[in-house]
Amino acid sequence: MIEKSIEVHNLTVSYHSKPVLWDVDFSLPTGKIVGIVGPNGSGKTTMLKTIMGLMKPDSGYTEIFGQPLDKVRERVSYVPQRESVDWDFPADVMDVVLMGRYRKNNLFRRISKEDKRIATEALEKVNLLEFAHRQISQLSGGQQQRVFIARSLAQQADIYLMDEPFVGVDAATEDAILQLLREMKNQGKTVVIVHHDLQTANEYFDHIVLLNTRLVAAGPKEEVFTKELLQEAYGGRLTVLSKLGDLISTEEFPLREPEFKENKPEK
Amino acid sequence: MDPIFLKVLIGTTLLASSAAVVGAFSYLKGQSLVGDAIAHALLPGVVLAFLLGDGRNPIFLIVGALVSGLIAHYGIGYIQSRTKLKSDTAVSLVLSTFFGFGIMLMSLIQRSGQGQQAGLERYLLGKAAAITMDDVYIFSALAVLLMVGVGLFYKGFQLMTFNEDFASAIGLPVTFIRFTFTVLTVLAITIGIQTVGVVLMAALLITPSAAARAWTKSLPTMLLLAAVFAASSAITGTYISSAIPKMPTGPWVVLVLAFFGFGSLIFAPEKGWLAKRRRAMANQKKTVRENVLKLMYQQEERSDLNVVLSDTDILDIRAMRPEKLRNALRDLKRRLLVVEHGSGYALTELGRSEGRRVVRLHRLWELYLTERLGMAADHIHPGAETMEHVITPEIEELLVKELGNPELDPHQSPIPYEEA
Repeated sequence: MIEKSIEVHNLTVSYHSKPVLWDVDFSLPTGKIVGIVGPNGSGKTTMLKTIMGLMKPDSGYTEIFGQPLDKVRERVSYVPQRESVDWDFPADVMDVVLMGRYRKNNLFRRISKEDKRIATEALEKVNLLEFAHRQISQLSGGQQQRVFIARSLAQQADIYLMDEPFVGVDAATEDAILQLLREMKNQGKTVVIVHHDLQTANEYFDHIVLLNTRLVAAGPKEEVFTKELLQEAYGGRLTVLSKLGDLISTEEFPLREPEFKENKPEK
Repeated sequence: MDPIFLKVLIGTTLLASSAAVVGAFSYLKGQSLVGDAIAHALLPGVVLAFLLGDGRNPIFLIVGALVSGLIAHYGIGYIQSRTKLKSDTAVSLVLSTFFGFGIMLMSLIQRSGQGQQAGLERYLLGKAAAITMDDVYIFSALAVLLMVGVGLFYKGFQLMTFNEDFASAIGLPVTFIRFTFTVLTVLAITIGIQTVGVVLMAALLITPSAAARAWTKSLPTMLLLAAVFAASSAITGTYISSAIPKMPTGPWVVLVLAFFGFGSLIFAPEKGWLAKRRRAMANQKKTVRENVLKLMYQQEERSDLNVVLSDTDILDIRAMRPEKLRNALRDLKRRLLVVEHGSGYALTELGRSEGRRVVRLHRLWELYLTERLGMAADHIHPGAETMEHVITPEIEELLVKELGNPELDPHQSPIPYEEA
């Protein structure tokens, strides 16, 4: 059997006590380019953040390579949304890419020659080597995105989680990123991408998770990219579900009773 | 040198520069107000420590301040995460509550008559002259601790400030880093309020960074510059207050800092007000020059001859302020783009090419507006009047490519390319 890269088990996550993911359950193969696709506000970013341990689920759990995140953290790389940081921060391109080499166990140590070599290589791969000492505030949107991807390459992970890497980039950058993702796939890496654009999803991904608060479908794109399923995902919110979500939030219902914990059973 | 003066000088310099280095990260995180809130929130801790301890023991005061500051800091965080209040509301809520409580405690002590002699008031507005030798030792130790702390945690603080989610994602102990940062901030404020007081403390944390940021784009340089600005302000402020009788040190330090701050905003390269003014002026002049060249080129285009135009001829064709035209013509002459010819001016080959370029950009842009943005042909001229001066050679290349080497603009005028 092929190893599972990510397993999401009965996951429910809320934001300001309003559920954004309801009982989502799927697993992903390794060595594929996977798209997490869905309309705005369908919980795609929340999904990624929960996998990365940045948001705590109300119930359920996620695993990477069959292990909790903490055990495999160095094999996982995360590319946040480009707009989530202040690009006016005083740093140059190299500074940011080097952040990909920061680890818990080298936090207090200086950056090594080896770190610099790896960061330089990563910059080369995204074609930004000549910009190594450019201020990040002077980059175009596409260049900023490539800096983030270089930082994640510098982590030398096996699985890459990227949040909307194609937003606000020019056509040339889009092609370059795609090219890079395919190279990574050929080296056996797994790439999971949050993506909102249906037009391109079919072309970019091998495997698709169709999300709209709940899981609509997950599987190889030929199975998921059907008219019926797309309509189900994009055909507006489920009225009853969203009304219940509002009620839970305003009336302060517990999303799960504290005693109810569906954590992974201890072995 | 006067030993009191020396004490004050060392004390203020140390605390100002260490506070600046710590404050830099709050400044970059856009949390300048949090430092102000914590400074105010230290008051009840300081007063309670005064009550419980023997009043003058600095260790007691530091511990009291630390506890009070940490409670305030986590209180702000708790309010933000548990309510829908905006962060500035949470900050002001905590600031005013703690400060009010502190003032109340202070009046209680003062009514009981022990406050005056110990000088609890120094924490409100600061009293540098009250620094004792013990204080100087403790300040030095704390200042060293702060600098070492920032040095040790540099990577952590940098990443926490730039991209906290990423720091968590790669497994850095973010809670611990944040806690350390808060402790360092509270310590910096604790030693700071002895000189400048609760009310002016925010200036010591934030102003040096705001000034330094205007001069540099590198974080290490910014930290260093902030420390240098803060130290110079401390030294200057201490000198002024000792040279003029009855002058307080803290307010002078803050004023000198403000001078650095505003000075940087005005004089800094690129981002400074003066540099921006200079860029604007240069571009205004460039626009006038290019308009003159364009006008002369168009006259030649119409008559198919090399023309000679006097300034009144030019003013007849295009309205502009006569002195601006005179300046522009003088510049053009100096740049060998026009030559004087009798009572008028004629284009040189260089000037003709430049005029052709401006006309070309104008027409390319007009075509882009109609073709790509679907604008009507009678609406496009004003936009092109601006863009012809803005478009760089790289953008021109893109335009030509995107429009497919067009020959005519929307008004059927030819787009003049340079002959190969």
